[in-house]
Order: sequence, then structure tokens, then C-alpha cells
Amino acid sequence: MASSRPSDHIDSAAPDPSVVQPRLGVIGYLRFFWRQLTSMRTALFLLLLLAFAAIPGSLVPQRSSDPNGVITYKAANPDLFPILDGLQVFDTYTSVWFSSIYLLLFVSLIGCIIPRTKHHLVALRARPPKTPARLDRLAGFTTRTSDAPADELLASARALLRRQGYRTELFDGSVSAERGYLRETGNLVFHSALVGVLIAVGIGGGFGFSGQRVIVEGQKFVNVRGDYDSLNPGRFFRDSALEPYRIKLDDFDAVYELDNPSAIGQPVDYTAKVTTSTPGSDDKQQQIKVNEPLLIGGTDVFLLGNGYAPTITVRDPEGTVVWTDSVPFLPQDAMLTSLGVVKIPDGLSEQVGMIGFFYPTVAQLPSGALASRFPGLLDPSLTLRVYTGDLGLDDGVGRSVYDLDITGLTPIAGKGADVEALELKPGETAEIPGGLGTVELSDVKRFVSLDIHHDPSQGWVLAFALLILGGLLTGLFVPRRRVWVKVVDSADGRTIQYAGLSRGDDPRLDDAVAAIAEAHCPETRNKVES
Amino acid sequence: MTETLVQLSNVAVYSAMAVYAFAFIAFTLDLARRAAPAPASTAVPAQAGQLVGATSTTLLSRLAVDAPADGSAAGRSRALRVAMPLAILGWALHAAAVALRGVAAGYVPWSNMYGFALTATAIIVAIFLLVQFWQDLRFLGAYIIGFALLFLGIANVNYYVDVVPQPVPLQSGWLVIHVFVAILGTGFFALGAGLSLVQILQARREASGTGAKFLATLPNSQQLENLAYRLILVGFVFWTFTLIAGAIWAQRAWGRYWGWDTKEVWTFIIWTIYAGYIHARATRGWRGARSAWLALVGFAAVMFNFTIVNVFFKGLHSYSGLTLD
Repeated sequence: MASSRPSDHIDSAAPDPSVVQPRLGVIGYLRFFWRQLTSMRTALFLLLLLAFAAIPGSLVPQRSSDPNGVITYKAANPDLFPILDGLQVFDTYTSVWFSSIYLLLFVSLIGCIIPRTKHHLVALRARPPKTPARLDRLAGFTTRTSDAPADELLASARALLRRQGYRTELFDGSVSAERGYLRETGNLVFHSALVGVLIAVGIGGGFGFSGQRVIVEGQKFVNVRGDYDSLNPGRFFRDSALEPYRIKLDDFDAVYELDNPSAIGQPVDYTAKVTTSTPGSDDKQQQIKVNEPLLIGGTDVFLLGNGYAPTITVRDPEGTVVWTDSVPFLPQDAMLTSLGVVKIPDGLSEQVGMIGFFYPTVAQLPSGALASRFPGLLDPSLTLRVYTGDLGLDDGVGRSVYDLDITGLTPIAGKGADVEALELKPGETAEIPGGLGTVELSDVKRFVSLDIHHDPSQGWVLAFALLILGGLLTGLFVPRRRVWVKVVDSADGRTIQYAGLSRGDDPRLDDAVAAIAEAHCPETRNKVES
Repeated sequence: MTETLVQLSNVAVYSAMAVYAFAFIAFTLDLARRAAPAPASTAVPAQAGQLVGATSTTLLSRLAVDAPADGSAAGRSRALRVAMPLAILGWALHAAAVALRGVAAGYVPWSNMYGFALTATAIIVAIFLLVQFWQDLRFLGAYIIGFALLFLGIANVNYYVDVVPQPVPLQSGWLVIHVFVAILGTGFFALGAGLSLVQILQARREASGTGAKFLATLPNSQQLENLAYRLILVGFVFWTFTLIAGAIWAQRAWGRYWGWDTKEVWTFIIWTIYAGYIHARATRGWRGARSAWLALVGFAAVMFNFTIVNVFFKGLHSYSGLTLD
């Protein structure tokens, strides 16, 4: 058991301090650094460093996965933020330091794969090596005695080993056999597939894109750039990559738990029913669920979020509709208390902005504040704070439709005003204070937030990932071993010797040699243990 | 109906913990007996022979032969003879608790932290019990049963949540396979960490000649290293599968197979540490106890990933079912 350590790794002897190194030229130094980089110690160091370097990205929010978290972090830690940001901690996985570690690791890996592949290709064609002079020091050494002719014994041993998948070579008085070339093949496949994943992700990611779109029941989304709320294209993305299609949200169903007392209001199912149209084919009724994306036009469409979109209608004092829309309100809690904004720049005597709270099932807290106590529409209610003044829509600066900047505005209903916030149930109308007009909650619709992705490399990544798994299984669990069968004639008679040699971790070698001896020469029972 | 099943499950958990506690005491007594100078006994050869007969693996017979025949084997078998049936009984109750909770919920019982802890400890103990058919690792009983007991206690006090409907994002067949294989990997890593710990102690004893006396009755550090390595290899394969299955599910549920979510980051870190462990054994300067430390660091990361990351780190995998207000 001296070493079940993988001996198929190259591990040079410890350096001899008495050897004086020659002076190195430029080429010599390059070669020296290459040797260092591709050594196992460096690879191991880089591997562990990579694990360590990945930690900061889990401690602070990342721009890639949690941009709002980064903004919150900045607000909470104004002094620390610039330092950490300078260190690229908020983009850990694309940072210079993280990238250099994994790129060096992969260069080191490639520097290891290439010579080992060459070596393995030679080994695949090589014949099993000459039988060692003495087998009795090798693993699983066993002998049998026999009176059969030596030729016959060797021929039957060779046939037996071949049946067991060994490559065999007949030498004078012995059979040399080797098996398990698949072990190194698996090893190389595993490591090459890791490089494959990196390349597929790196190149394929550049051709893909991901985009988001919020649609209210009854609305349509058309797959052109301008119809996305936001689009994050890869480096090599062209608009022509967007295949034409249209998705109309017919209906959104949300089911909430009503019975289980510890889970009232917990969502049980979300289903978005859509009608899809592609050029040259009929409209299709389809559905999107959380774990069931819709595949259309080379993209995957995911159901990521949902909420309420109250339909709000504003009329001037004469009763003429000046504004109407279903406004997506952003959910604020699990019971879908939702917050939304209405901006009416034209049509009334002043510009009017409103901040609305929507409660699908309204309840009054002991403090007097309103809240929602169930996410379904049992007793919906909308409250509106109303402001007048310059909404800032004409100065050319982009404004979020979900945000109303109230600095410089005059409150005329709700917080800061003499009049209470307007409160509306579906179908109700309220006067806007100051005789500006009326506002009506005409309807309550649902909206969904869709994520639309196109990633041409994902099939490649999956294929390489499966190769990683397959390579790992064969590389770790196929035993690579050599076995020898030798016929020795002495004064005492004819003895057959059996022994093996592991090449890499091989816990079952002794058993395998014993089984071969038993299969080859079962009739004699005078087993001699070493 | 659900209520009754959940109550039955909870009763089964408490019973399992009580039985585990006795099994833990018996396993600890066994370790203590190994340390005690034992009276001369004639039972030793029979004991060794019996062990050899129990299984056909060559390594096992070697372990038994290598164990010093100072007679301590006779005393240890008595404590072990009590400990193993207790561990099996405790596990049966434990498995019943998992099954009852699953039936009560109507889906796999590992979609929140309590259910995960309950299932994971059951599977770790199951792996410990099954591994005995391959190798005699009963000396890890105190560690494994103690670990399961401690973790069940922590889960009961800190992670307990009522059975609720399955959250919408988890309604997928991938939950069954991704999480189950992750638990299997964790079980093998747990055993590997235990062996690596003993290996470090054993190597220290071999180098200095001092250390806990029960170590003398255990395999030498080289054999422990080989055993730990083989278990961790299996764990590593499961962990690789978990990563890939998780990526496939993430692609289906969130539209991307990899997004450096906190849980993904830690799964990756753990994978990298164990990949380092596997390579370390082939690297000069890292052999022996030094690589064993990596196995311990790796398992510490697994535990960190399950406890701290689940509860305190924000991310898409926040399914602990706990609220931190």
C-alpha cells in the first residue's frame, strides 16, 4: 500500500542543492517561467487561489446579479464604497485579478494537457513492457504449480487476459499485459472539457443577449430592439439576430394558499397564458410558467415577475378623458402591497403627478396605516397622493416611469397637504383637489415581467459539462494496471507466477491478480502468499 | 391529516435523537475502551478472523491484521455491539421522520433548511451505515452520530418551519435530483473529513509518538489517507453532478445557467477546494497531512455554505423559509 497515490502524475525528484544552475538567457527564463507555470505546484496554488478569490463576490452585491444591491451598498457605506469599487469587488468575476487567476490557471492547464496528450497517444500505440525479472516484489504476487506445457499455459493466460480487456504481449516464458488506457483518456477529456467550457462561455456569450419586458394583460410584445424595456446585448450582437415574433399576454393566473394557516397567501402557482405569432404560421395559444419557459424564435422567454397594473383614467373638469393607462405597480411585500406612479403632463390646467399605493386586500394596521393582508384581489383599494408642479418631463433628462421626484412639487392630496390621500375602489371616481378634474380606478389588471434570453453557446456548454462528468468518472474509476504471468521451471517443478502493478489509484489490484490466477489455474490449491 | 403527520414526524425526530444520543455514548465508550490498557484476551484472533470473513475486500483484512493485538479489541466489541444496533434503530426512526414529513407536505422534504437538514443528516448516517459493508469505519461512529445529533438539534431549534406549500420556483423535477445528489456528496465529504481528521492526528502520533491512545487501534495514517481519498472522490463526482444539474435547472428557471449567485459561488468554491485536494496528493510538498487539511477546509466550506450562506447571504437560493426580521 506504499502508494495508491496517482503515480500517473509527473512528479520530479526533489532538487539537489549541490547542482549549480547555469545562467539563463531570455529564452532560458521564458522556458523557466513556462516550466514553473505548468508545474503541478503552481497549478494547485492557482486553483486554491481561485477558490479564495471567489469569496469577496459572495460577500458584497455584484453588479451583474444584483445592481440594486450595489446602489444600496453605496448609500450605506459611502466611505468604503470607492475603495472597494476601485478594487473591482463589485465586479469580482470580471475583475482584472479574478480574470488573471483563471486565465493563468487555464494556460497552466493547457500546458499540462498538450504534453500529456502527446505522451498518451504514444502510449496508446505502445506494446506492454517487458516482464520484470523478479515479480515477487510486485502487488498481489501469487504462484501456482502445474504440469501443463509452458506454451499452453502462456497461451491460455494470454487468452484470459485478452478477454478481460488487457492488451497483451508474449515474451520468452511470460505474458505481459496492460489495461485501463481509458483512465488517462478520461483524465484528458475532463481537463480539455474544462477549457472547452471556458471558450464556449467566452465566445458564445458575445453572440447572445438578454432583455426584459413588462407586459400588462391585453398588451403585446414584439421582438424588436425598441420594444424591450431593457436589452443587454453581447459583444458581437447585431439587431438582425432578433427573429420576428409577437407575444400577447391574454391572461395571468396566480393561485395563493388559502387553507394552510402557516402559509396563507403563499403563491402556489403562476401561469401566464399567451398568444404567440410568428411569420408564416397561425397564432398559437401557449403558456409560460416559472419552471417552464416558452421557446420561440431562438429565444427562451421566462416568467420572472408579476404584479398588479391598476387601470387609471383621468378626466378634465368637463369630463373629457385626458389620460388613461394600466400602470404596472411594483410589489413591495409578499402580500403585494404595490407602489406605482402616474404622470399627467398635458390636458389639465396644471401638470399633475400621483404616487399610488395599491392594496389587493386592504387592511388597516393598528397605527392607522393601510396594508395588504392577502396577495389576491379580495378587497382591492388604491390610494393616491397628488402633486402639482413641473414634472421635469420637458428638460430632456431621462426619468424612470416608476419614480416621481417630488422636490419642487406641491402636494395637494395626501402627505403634506390639507386633503387626505384619495382612496378608490374599482369603479370609483374621486375629485382631484383644486377642481383640476377627476380620477377613476377603472379596472385592475395583472402584469408580468418577462426575461427574454438568447444564448447560442448553451448547447456547447452543456456538451462540455457532460464531457467533464464523463471524463471524471472514467479518469477516476477506470483502473490502469499491468499484470504479468510468468512460467518458471525449477528443480521442484513448473511454477506459474502472477503479479500486478498499479498505475494510479487502484485499490482492487490485489483482488484482480488473485482472480486472474484463480481463473487461469484453478485446479491447484497450494496458494503461496508473499 | 397534514397536522397529524407532521406531529408524528416530529415525535420520530425526537425519538431518533434520543436513540442517537445513546449510540453516541456507546461509540464514545468504545473509543475510550480502545485507549484503556486491556486485559489479555484469547478472543482477539477470533475477532480478527471474523472481520476477515465478513467481507472479501483485501484492504479490510489488512486493517484487521494491522490492528495491534493487545486485547483491546475484545472490550471494544462490546460497546460497538451496542452502538451499531442503536445507530441503526435511530436511523430507522430518522428515516421515518423524513418520510412522514414528505408525505405531509406532498413533495420532497428538502425544499427548506429544516427539511434539508433532516434529510441530509439521515442520508449521512445511511452512508455511514452502508460504508461498513465496504470498510470497517465504525471508529467514526462517535463523529458521525455526534454530528447528526448536533445538527438535528440545531435544525430543530433554529431552522424549524411548518410544512407549507412548495414555493413556485421549486416546483421542478430538478429539485429532486439536484438537491438529493448534493446531499449524497455532502455525506461522502463528511465521512472523508472525519477520516482526514483522524489521519492528521495519526500522522502526528506517528511522528512524535504521542497522542490519543485509541489511535493505536486505528489504521495507520497512510491507510486513512487512502480511505479518505476514495470517499472524497465519490463525493467530488456527486458534487460535480450537483453543479451541472444546478446549472441546467438555473437555465430553465432563471434563464441563465451560471450567474455567480452567492450559492453558486460557494458551490464553485467547494468544488475548487476538493479539486485542489485531489491534485494535492500528487504534488510534492502537499502529501499526507497537508492535503488532509484541504479536506477539512473543504468540508468546513460545505457547512458554511449550508448554514451561513443560506441564512445570511442574499441570493436567488434563499429558500431557508426563515425570516430575519
